[in-house]
Amino acid sequence: MELFFQQVLNGAMLGSTYAMVALGLTLVFGILHVPNFAHGHIYMLGAYVTFFLITLYGFGFWPAVIVSMLMLGLAGMVIERLVFRPLKNQPPINMFIAAIGLLLLLENGVIVIWGPGAKRIPNPYPDTVSFLGLTTSQQRLIVIVVAVVMILLLQLFIKKTLHGTSIEALAQDREGAQLVGINVNRVSSMTFAISAALAAAAASLMAPIFMVSSTMGSLLVMKAFVIIILGGLGSMQGAILGGYMLGLIEALGGGFISAAYKDVFAFGALVLILALKPTGLFGKEPE
Amino acid sequence: MRIINLLRQRWPYLLVVAAAIAFPLVVSSRYYIQVMIVAGIWAMATLSLNLILGYTGQASLAHAGFFGIGAYAVGLTTKAGLSFWLALILAGAVAAFVGLLIGLLTLRSRGHYFAISTLCFGVIVFIVAGTWDGLTGGNVGLLGIPAPASIPFPIIGEISFAGQIGQYYLVLSFLMLFLFIMYRLVHSLLGLSFMAVRNNEVLAETVGINAFANKLLSSVIADFLVGVTGGIYAVLMGSISPTTASFNLTFFWLAYLIIGGVATLAGPIVGAVLVTFLVEYMYSIGEYRLVAFGLALIVAIIFFPRGLVGVSVTLRQRFQELREKYRERGGGAGKNAIDGRETDQAF
Repeated sequence: MELFFQQVLNGAMLGSTYAMVALGLTLVFGILHVPNFAHGHIYMLGAYVTFFLITLYGFGFWPAVIVSMLMLGLAGMVIERLVFRPLKNQPPINMFIAAIGLLLLLENGVIVIWGPGAKRIPNPYPDTVSFLGLTTSQQRLIVIVVAVVMILLLQLFIKKTLHGTSIEALAQDREGAQLVGINVNRVSSMTFAISAALAAAAASLMAPIFMVSSTMGSLLVMKAFVIIILGGLGSMQGAILGGYMLGLIEALGGGFISAAYKDVFAFGALVLILALKPTGLFGKEPE
Repeated sequence: MRIINLLRQRWPYLLVVAAAIAFPLVVSSRYYIQVMIVAGIWAMATLSLNLILGYTGQASLAHAGFFGIGAYAVGLTTKAGLSFWLALILAGAVAAFVGLLIGLLTLRSRGHYFAISTLCFGVIVFIVAGTWDGLTGGNVGLLGIPAPASIPFPIIGEISFAGQIGQYYLVLSFLMLFLFIMYRLVHSLLGLSFMAVRNNEVLAETVGINAFANKLLSSVIADFLVGVTGGIYAVLMGSISPTTASFNLTFFWLAYLIIGGVATLAGPIVGAVLVTFLVEYMYSIGEYRLVAFGLALIVAIIFFPRGLVGVSVTLRQRFQELREKYRERGGGAGKNAIDGRETDQAF
């Protein structure tokens, strides 16, 4: 029973990352229809930026996380402008191919600049916490708490501010949004910035626990696609819920069934679900 | 008479084939012959990717998975003593059968969903290859896959595949065979149906083309071909590992295809050979070459989505039109230069 709760805690931590990454992806894929396959590599870049801010420039952990989010937000805007916007009116698969080019560029760019070896961020909160017989490190709890705060802040932004509601308007009805004078390009730019900043935050929080490496995002992005397709494209609630569920399934499946095949379950589930419901669990028929 | 006509029209192609045949006799560097062998294998894989992605419009990203399935099928059976040629047919058949099952599942979805779904299957193959130690040898993979046995040949005596030259001609023969298959396929009613499905699925259905069946058939043929390619790769390299089925390979082939020219016959070969050689040539700049690779893919898809072959076809047509205009001294004013394009749009 103790192992069970321990794994639930691990699952909640993994799920927090998944939720943040999937939330960013559902914004760009579900709302802007950009299949940003390089989203996991933006996550990876966020971890590297945090790592160098801390080790090279002597930043504290929290300032580094915030600066990393800002820098990646900017990078997200640049990527949207240079890579995806020129392809807006072309066949959808061209964007997918551009995203793969971007992924190769980022992955190998990082190797060229910073070398292939994995890096580790010194853990800012190494102490462990004991609670009801469960033991966990402070950093893991921080991941869970900060993720919840971030997700709530994003919800507030989207529901309560003018800029945020323009994203939601675009999600509900693209033509309608344009008719009432919403600048789609500006919203795209902003959405990419938010999506990349969220990924950077998730990566920075996880970096002290796992290693930072150039391939840390390649499987993650596929899992994020699994989550948002299961949760419904463009649905933020779906992404959050799906993220936590996948985290729990992986932690429990990895702990109790088979650690080696845990990813096979997630990806196999996607293939099967798309076979039964070709547009995703809550997907609409494409017009 | 027919042959002379053929020579007159097709001499550039025959020249390329002659150069390819003469290559290992003229170039003595073992290194360049090896690069050419690898480029030839990638060209075959890209040719088959072109069938499902370029001509049928379905971005199947499980391609390296089927390549891996073919490679492991040949590796396992030839190590168990089966003849290479039988093993090769088996590899194609296994890849095609798995492709049929996966196609039945994944082809129900479209566009991005199909791409993601097939990519997930590709990753599953990759993970299973690295994890199922009892069958695949885990992360180490299969070592010591025997080279194909020599085959008797009228004049030379026999062809041995132990040496590099024999291997080169093995790859070249299969590449020519694949090209011939693709040529016949594209110029057949079946190929036209594939393109009709790609251009407009709904319209294709209304004229009586079963879109799903055509997509399935196209992907099964592509999977058969890439399975065979994987089998050839396995025996020529002598060892395979999970990276043989890595989705990164699919990404590379995709880049060759886009850079060479999607939905053209020559595109996959031009892309694979040119880019492989460029990447080898740039070896001195180390990892930058893969950065350049990613950049080239982005630039190509934004500015030249029809690839090198597409660009050259357009240029040639422009040139011909200019020449005709010059001849007619403006007589053909009714013709619009752009509307004369015949090549089909890539996607």
